[in-house]
Amino acid sequence: MLSIKNLKASVDGKEILKGINLEVKPGEVHAIMGPNGSGKSTLSAVLAGNERFEVTEGEVRFNGKDLLDLAPEDRAREGLFLSFQYPIEIPGVSMVNFMKTAVNEHRKYHGQEPMSAGDFLKMLRDKKQVVEIDDRLTSRSVNEGFSGGEKKKNEIFQMAMLEPKLAILDETDSGLDIDALRIVANGVNKLKRPDNATILITHYQRLLDYIIPDVVHILHDGVIVKSGGKELALELEEKGYDWIKQAVKI
Amino acid sequence: MSEHIDSNTMKYKLISLYQQNLQQINEGLPERMNKYRDQAIREFDKQGIPIKGEEKYKYTDLMHAFGRTYGYIFKAPNITVDSKTIFQCAVPDLDTHTLILENGWYDALNNQHAELPEEVVACSIREAAVKYTDLFEKHYNQQVLEHPESVAAFNTAFAQDGMFLYIPDGFVMEKPIQIINLLRGSNPLLVNQRNLILAGKNSQAKVIVCDHTLSQQNFLSNTVTEIFVDEHAVFDFYNIQNQHNQSSQLSSLYIQQMQHSNTLTNTLTLHGGFVRNNVFVKLAEEHAEANVFGLALVDNKQHVDNFTFIDHAVPNCQSNEMYKNILDDEATGAFNGRILVRPDAQKTLAFQSNKNICLTPTARFFTKPQLEIYADDVKCSHGATIGQIDEDALFYLQSRGIGGREARMMLMYAFAYEVIRNIRVPVLTERYGELVEKRLRGELSRCEGCFVHCN
Repeated sequence: MLSIKNLKASVDGKEILKGINLEVKPGEVHAIMGPNGSGKSTLSAVLAGNERFEVTEGEVRFNGKDLLDLAPEDRAREGLFLSFQYPIEIPGVSMVNFMKTAVNEHRKYHGQEPMSAGDFLKMLRDKKQVVEIDDRLTSRSVNEGFSGGEKKKNEIFQMAMLEPKLAILDETDSGLDIDALRIVANGVNKLKRPDNATILITHYQRLLDYIIPDVVHILHDGVIVKSGGKELALELEEKGYDWIKQAVKI
Repeated sequence: MSEHIDSNTMKYKLISLYQQNLQQINEGLPERMNKYRDQAIREFDKQGIPIKGEEKYKYTDLMHAFGRTYGYIFKAPNITVDSKTIFQCAVPDLDTHTLILENGWYDALNNQHAELPEEVVACSIREAAVKYTDLFEKHYNQQVLEHPESVAAFNTAFAQDGMFLYIPDGFVMEKPIQIINLLRGSNPLLVNQRNLILAGKNSQAKVIVCDHTLSQQNFLSNTVTEIFVDEHAVFDFYNIQNQHNQSSQLSSLYIQQMQHSNTLTNTLTLHGGFVRNNVFVKLAEEHAEANVFGLALVDNKQHVDNFTFIDHAVPNCQSNEMYKNILDDEATGAFNGRILVRPDAQKTLAFQSNKNICLTPTARFFTKPQLEIYADDVKCSHGATIGQIDEDALFYLQSRGIGGREARMMLMYAFAYEVIRNIRVPVLTERYGELVEKRLRGELSRCEGCFVHCN
C-alpha cells in the first residue's frame, strides 16, 4: 500500500529525513517511535504534502501512485489521512460545513454525486459515536476553543468521516488523559479493516497498549535504525532512548 | 478626463459652479435649508479638496474622485420611468418596504407602493424641509456642523434632495426599510444626496441602503446621512455598496445617540472604484451603545478607505467596532479608527478591531487606530492586523481533501463571517453571506438584479 524508498527531506536547508525506507501493507498497524527531533513529525508532514518541507531525494508510492507528485488534497482523496499533532483552529468555518465540503470533494474526485443533506447528517450522526464526540463540538467552528482532548477526538472523528486507506496518527496520544486515550484508541480500532492500514507516530509506548501494532520502527536522526514486533516498544520503554542512541553509535 | 488638474484649481471651479447655480439650487427650498449653503461653501473653500497626506486623508487622495469632469442636475427631473421596472432587488425573501432614489432625487410617484405604516414618514428631504419644519429645523445639518468635513460641507452647499425618514416615538417597525440608490444617465454625473433620519424615543427600525449604478458613466456620489437616535431607540443601518468600478463613492454618515439608545451600522463594500466612508458617532447621553462594523472585498485597482470617529462624550457608554478588508490584485485600502473618550466619560467601554488580508504582494493596506482617552476608569482596546491567508489552516483543509481554491474560499469567507454574523436581520445575514461568497468567487460581476447589465 505504502512504499517509501530512501526518502530525504529538509526544512530551511537542514536535512531532517536522511533516507527513510518503509513498507506498509493493507491491514497492518505500524508504530514509529523515536526521541524528540528524530524526524517523526517531519515524516508525517512530508507524506501529507506540507510544502514547508522540501523532499530532496527518494520515492514514495501509495497504491501504485507517485505520492510526492500529488497535491495535498489529492493525497487525501487517494485515501491518505493525517491526524495532526496540533490540530488547527479555524474560526468561522463550521465543523459541519468543513466535513460536508471534504466528503463531497472526495466524492467528486471519485466521480460520485454529492451526498444528499439527509444522508450526510445520518453519516455525521453515526460517525460521532465512533469517538463519542459531543453534539456541541460539531456545531462549532473547526477546533475553535476545543480542549486538547477534544481536538484529538475531532481528528479521529474526521478520520471516521473520510474512511482513509492509510491513516497516519501523529502523536495522537500526546496530552491525552487516560480516559480520552481509551476513547481515541477505541475509535481507531473500530475503524480498522483488512483493507486499510495505520501508522502510529508516538513518543511513548502507552498508546500501543490500546492499539496493538504489527511492526514497531525506531526512528533516530532521520533514519529507521531498528524494526521489530510489538515487544520492541516494551524494550524501548524499559531501556529508554539512550539505549538506541548507544546502539546506533556502535 | 482631466486627471492632472490640481486640487486648488478644481476647488475654485467647483466654488464658481456653486455661485453660478445658486439661484437654481435654492429654488423651491425654504430658507431653513438654504441658509447653511454660504457658510458651507466657505468651509469647503477653507478646507479644500483633501489630498493625500493630510491628517484625515493620509492614504486617500480625493482628487481621484473630484479630478474628473462631471455633469450636474440642479433641477428635479421628471421621472417618467418607474424605477421598479428597470431595477429589482435580487435579495430573495427579504421582505422590506422598498424606496428608490434615482441620482439622489426622491420621487413620490415612484415610491407610492412602499406600503409603509402610516405612522412612519418617508419623503423627500425637499418635502420635509417645507412640511416638517420643527423636526427639520432641529436636526438638519446639526451634526455636520459639529464635524466640519470638507466633503460634507460641499454636500451641504449643493444638496437639493435625498431621503427623509421619521420613525415616531414608541413605534416599532416590523419590516426593514430598504432604500435603493440608483445612479444612471448618459453623461458623467456628480450627485450630492442628503439624507436625514430621525428615530424617535423608544422606537425601533432597521434601514438597508443599497447603492447601485445602472450605467457605466463616471459617477461621483457624495452622500451625507444624518441620523438622530433618540433615547431608548434601537436603530440599524446597513449599507451595501455595489457601484461599478469606474465610480467614486464618498459617504459621510453621522449618528447622534441619546440615552439608552442602541445602534448598529454595517458598511459592506463590494464594488466601487474609489470609496471613502466617514462614520461619525456621538454618544451624547449615558448608557448608549454603538456597534460599528464594516467589510470590504476589493480587487483590481479598487481603493477603499474607512474613517471612523466615535465620540464618547459622556460616561457609561459602549462602542464595539470591527472593520475587515480582503484585498486582491492591486487593490489598496485604509482604515482610520479614532475613538475619543472625553474627560468625564468614566466607565466607557470601547473596543476596536481592524483585520485585513492582502491576497497578493501588490495589494496594500494601511491601518491607523487612534485612541484618545482622557478618562481614567475606562476599558478600551484596539487591535489591528494585516496579513495573508493562514498557510497552516490552508494545509489543514487541503489535508482533508479540500482543493486549494475551495480551501482559500472557505478561509476568506470565515474571515468575513465575523462581520456578517453581527447583522441583526436574520434573512439579511444569509443574503450578505451569499453576496460575500459570490464576490469572493469573482462571480458578482454586475449589479445584482439589474436588467441593464451595464458592466
